[in-house]
Amino acid sequence: MKAAKSVILYALAILWLVIAGYPYAYMFATSLKDQSGFFRDPTGLIGKYTLDSYKLVFELGLFRYFANSVIISVICVGLVIILACMVSYCLARMRFFLNRPLYFIFIAGMMIPVHTTLIPVYILTREMGLYDQLWALVGPYIAFSLPVSVIILTQFAREIPGELEEAAIMDGAGRTRTFVSVILPLLAPATATVGIYNFIHIWNEFVFALILISTKARMTLPLGLREFYAEFSVNVPGIMAALTLGSLPLLIAYFISQEKVVSGISAGAVKG
Amino acid sequence: MAGDAARIRRQNKLGKGLFLLFFIGPALLIYAVYNIYPIFATFYYSLFDWTGIQAEKTFLGLENYANLMKDRVFFRSLGNNVLLVFASVFTQIPLGLALALLLQSKIKGMRFFRTVYFLPFLMSTVAIAILWMFIYNPTFGVLNGLLSDLGLQSLQRSWLGEKSTAMGAVIATICWQFVPFYMILLRAGLTGIPEELLEAARIDGCTPWRTFTRITLPLLMPTIITSATLSTIGSLKYFDLIFVMTEGGPDSATELMATYMYKQAFRFFSMGYASAISSCMFILAFIAAVAILSLDRLRSRGGY
Repeated sequence: MKAAKSVILYALAILWLVIAGYPYAYMFATSLKDQSGFFRDPTGLIGKYTLDSYKLVFELGLFRYFANSVIISVICVGLVIILACMVSYCLARMRFFLNRPLYFIFIAGMMIPVHTTLIPVYILTREMGLYDQLWALVGPYIAFSLPVSVIILTQFAREIPGELEEAAIMDGAGRTRTFVSVILPLLAPATATVGIYNFIHIWNEFVFALILISTKARMTLPLGLREFYAEFSVNVPGIMAALTLGSLPLLIAYFISQEKVVSGISAGAVKG
Repeated sequence: MAGDAARIRRQNKLGKGLFLLFFIGPALLIYAVYNIYPIFATFYYSLFDWTGIQAEKTFLGLENYANLMKDRVFFRSLGNNVLLVFASVFTQIPLGLALALLLQSKIKGMRFFRTVYFLPFLMSTVAIAILWMFIYNPTFGVLNGLLSDLGLQSLQRSWLGEKSTAMGAVIATICWQFVPFYMILLRAGLTGIPEELLEAARIDGCTPWRTFTRITLPLLMPTIITSATLSTIGSLKYFDLIFVMTEGGPDSATELMATYMYKQAFRFFSMGYASAISSCMFILAFIAAVAILSLDRLRSRGGY
């Protein structure tokens, strides 16, 4: 009975292992085949491997998309963390009459469908003369990362014992000083979670980039992958090499610190 | 002396005000410009006939909405969104729960299984879309290849190219992407259930199924509700994957409100009409969120 049960459990576990893992294996294996090798055996995972597709993908300018994505992700995640920490400190530790309404406004932001804002953001970006520039993405990305970040950090900042803050003030530190040297270091674990969550979302963001960027040299990676697909749809190994490289940063982060990435991702499921 | 105290208090108050302005102001400004203002602007634009490029707008009142109510493609896309909501809530969450339970059973190598199970959620949506287009490819795709290996050639088809299968194929891909996410959320919920409760049930002679329905499931309800809320709101605004895979085709078989809105706005430059679609999406997402939250409140008051 017990043996039968564990056989069933294993069968189920392996079934889902194949469903979740095979597409990845297929992507990776195909990226290592040459074109004729792919068409001889399109679904097999073993064959003669070569790194030619990776070379080709770099020659065709994948690096540009990659660099754009890195720049925009790093800038936006950095700014979001700083801004959200500042707001959260005020919301969690200070009394003022707009405190509750402000917190509520940020919570409500989580319910807003991004697409409701697309047209006005597009018009606004044109009017500001930012259309088709990488910087056009900074505003929308920060705005849409703020709600979750503020809520997580505020909840976290509320747990910080008040004595630490009082001690700093007794020592003659002003509010800004207290924030920088007492509160920020204590928020560090939560900022890691918030940073990972936002990085994943911004790295993969598609729709704002789609409407705000049109020149190839300024595209982020998700747009660039789509360009690659459109350009050489018969060179399947080449496309798979581009997809593999595009997925690499998150995969590396995941294998370095599984717990952190997982907790960063589930952080989005906060309840206000 | 009294005057001094009042002055210091006033100064303190001013200092606090400046501090708040300096600390909250920048974030609030960005948030207001890119998040709050656009919602009102969308409703405003929806009252006009406007290309978005030329300056002149023609005021139409509610005519865009009246046209929307006669638009077959809009209702098709709304139907597809509703289908997606149900498919997501009733397949992704149960599958996620099944996997979370599976990961709790003490079989060897679970760490490895868990690591792989989570992988789909790490790939970017655009990458998933492109990858699965090759899986569904009619001539050299994985799915048709598998069917021919199984001797089921009659079932082979152009999965994304045929109206009858396109939506199902796309939904399956979306499930592949999101099941790991719900698995993680529900696993966190499961680890929150005290071991003693399950132990007590076992000692009292409860069958595993009874333990599951009477203890695990009720205690997991809050997590399930959160998941259902995320899944519903996510499905109502869904865009990326379908846009890349089918652009809403063939013949609007996979059209969603968001893809239709995108086409109206950025292909046909009917910004007013597209804004009306946008506004409907906003209202529907709002109603859905309020409905789920109030159902949840009813449930917790009922003590279930």
